[in-house]
Amino acid sequence: MCGAPEQTAEIPAGVDLTKESVLVGKVTNGGSPVGGAYVRLLDGTGEFTAEVVSSATGDYRFFAAPGSWTVRALSRSGNGQADVAVQGPGLYTTEVPVG
Amino acid sequence: MSRQDALVTADWAEENLDAPGVVFVEVDEDTSAYDGGHIPGAVRIDWKTELQDQVRRDFVDKAGFEKLLSAKGISNDDTVVLYGGNNNWFAAYAYWYFKLYGHTDVKLLDGGRKKWELDGRKLDTAVPERPQTTYSAQEQDLSIRAFRDEAVDAIGTKNLVDVRSPDEFSGKLLAPAHLPQEQAQRGGHIPSALNVPWSKAANEDGTFKSDDELRALYAEQGLDSSRPTIAYCRIGERSSHTWFALHELLGESDVKNYDGSWTEYGSLVGVPVETGDGKS
Repeated sequence: MCGAPEQTAEIPAGVDLTKESVLVGKVTNGGSPVGGAYVRLLDGTGEFTAEVVSSATGDYRFFAAPGSWTVRALSRSGNGQADVAVQGPGLYTTEVPVG
Repeated sequence: MSRQDALVTADWAEENLDAPGVVFVEVDEDTSAYDGGHIPGAVRIDWKTELQDQVRRDFVDKAGFEKLLSAKGISNDDTVVLYGGNNNWFAAYAYWYFKLYGHTDVKLLDGGRKKWELDGRKLDTAVPERPQTTYSAQEQDLSIRAFRDEAVDAIGTKNLVDVRSPDEFSGKLLAPAHLPQEQAQRGGHIPSALNVPWSKAANEDGTFKSDDELRALYAEQGLDSSRPTIAYCRIGERSSHTWFALHELLGESDVKNYDGSWTEYGSLVGVPVETGDGKS
């Protein structure tokens, strides 16, 4: 399984939230979801880790290890970012406003 | 090889959309992206179903590549301009693949699909009809492809460049952070490998950094230009991106892509594996 997984608000079957840290959320502009944004996961030093394209509903999803992360979104309507602190396994929901 | 030969800008692409003898080819990780809109006139190649053998873990053979390109309407003397999503990972992989089978004139669109979209350039859903050709491929150029034994032999003697993210390199993760964790049996990296994530070679918009920046990057990370280099990642696509930067942009002479990469190496019985950040 190597293809880009579809970005949905639902967590795919087989993901164990007692073992994995999953970062999810929406890219928004003025409160409205932004689909087709390039969402980049940056580590605590600002280094790039992964990138997905937000779904039509603005959703993104990453799997990450514990630590400090920045979710940065690039879109035609502007860029924006938000920080997430991952302490351990579980679901971390963060909105990323752009504009 | 140099930047002028290997890379084209989005402006150049836009001016040459209808140029005779220029074929745009989209190769995406997300193979459905093409359906939602592609560069006008571009054809699609599916890296998974069309470039890979569907039974063995290997590429389609020479005859298979000839059949594929003939069916896509690509001729030996066409200028093939490859582009795709995810910072051109799979387009770079296809570029390497076209070179492997000896295509003369192949280029990568700098920034790929991402820059094209962020620039707000035109996308089209019409699928072009290209007449069938009779494409003739060369035998694989194995001077740019490394196999597992060569990767093992390279420990401590050649530059091994692991282009995965630091957490994959150290063994914390077995796949990039946007994919479910699976694949290789063991986490870690090939001993003596440098960790230079592919992303360090790219700007935020997906374009490649300048030659000077790239040279400084690899020198700073300890790459010894007097030695041959093998790049690897998880399945060989991100390392194609780094192979492209080193071999095609910087003109380093002996650079191979190890397409078996970590999913092969990390599953081999008995080979040395190192964990941690590699700096101790």
